[in-house]
Amino acid sequence: MSKEYAFKNGIRDGIPIGLGYFAVAFSLGFMAKKCGLSPLQGFIGSFFTRASAGEYGVYTMVVQDAGYLAVVAMSLVTNLRYLLMSTALSQKFLPETPLFIRILTGCCVTDEIFGISIAYPGYLNPAYTFGAFSISTPLWALGTTCGIIAGSVLPGSIVSALSVALYGMFIAIIIPPSKKDKAVGIAVAVSFLLSYVVRRPEISGTINLSSGAVTIILTILISAAAACIKPHTGAENNDETEN
Amino acid sequence: MTHSIWIYILVMILSTNLIRVIPLILIRGQIRNRFIKSFLYYVPYVTLAVMTFPAIMEATNSPIAGGIALILGIVAAWMGLSLFPVSVLCCVTVLILEFFLI
Repeated sequence: MSKEYAFKNGIRDGIPIGLGYFAVAFSLGFMAKKCGLSPLQGFIGSFFTRASAGEYGVYTMVVQDAGYLAVVAMSLVTNLRYLLMSTALSQKFLPETPLFIRILTGCCVTDEIFGISIAYPGYLNPAYTFGAFSISTPLWALGTTCGIIAGSVLPGSIVSALSVALYGMFIAIIIPPSKKDKAVGIAVAVSFLLSYVVRRPEISGTINLSSGAVTIILTILISAAAACIKPHTGAENNDETEN
Repeated sequence: MTHSIWIYILVMILSTNLIRVIPLILIRGQIRNRFIKSFLYYVPYVTLAVMTFPAIMEATNSPIAGGIALILGIVAAWMGLSLFPVSVLCCVTVLILEFFLI
């Protein structure tokens, strides 16, 4: 398959992804606005990061005036899945693929771009990934900027409603694997429960941790416990591709 | 605020892309360690779950509306709706419920 053809196919498959991104990024923009980001900061941050949960986590830390190392920790933990995705992707390249092409493709990884790239028949043609990236990324960044601008203009009821779009997306990512693998479902349920308990005022008041730190600690503890109790033995590549 | 937002963004961009790129530079074969593989398998779902609840109830003007949006979102995703429709459903739920609740 020629590069041009693969690139065009990538754009075709990237359009629905980009439209979803725009809506979700819009709500991320509200959040970013509340955290004090300017439209330009939102655009640059979203364009080069492209990680909904990661960006969300970091922006909440901006409000808390957290240290830069905490931001590194937050970025690493919320995006740990990309480590696994890129590892899976490394098996998908033609052996002679140059390193810089591998690196560029790696930078394109999001849940959705990884999903369609790993599903590409045979060896991945990186032009396909770049095509999907080229249409979806500007929409993600633009959505964030529009959200930041609109955050102060739209009526409160609309802002409140759009604030849950991001959580809706998170739900859509975690529920299908929970249905497929009971261990994931239990881990998710335990996460909901512990997150609720730890964030109760009477408890969060005594442990005195930021919300981002609670996320990091709970993620490591619950994931490690799940890995000990129910080690994952499924197929290598196909478990992270939902949505 | 003593920290710069631009530096926060720069740190976020560098860390996030580093984590995407490191495996492609370093790892040639598959990860063999069963614990690490299992740990990484659970991480995305646990992180997102911890971030979603109870935060979804605090993001809305009415916590009840946020809670019902969560339940309906879970049901919709369980029934196979994808990312975008689930997101829209949660938004519409909150919009309608808050019309009555507030």
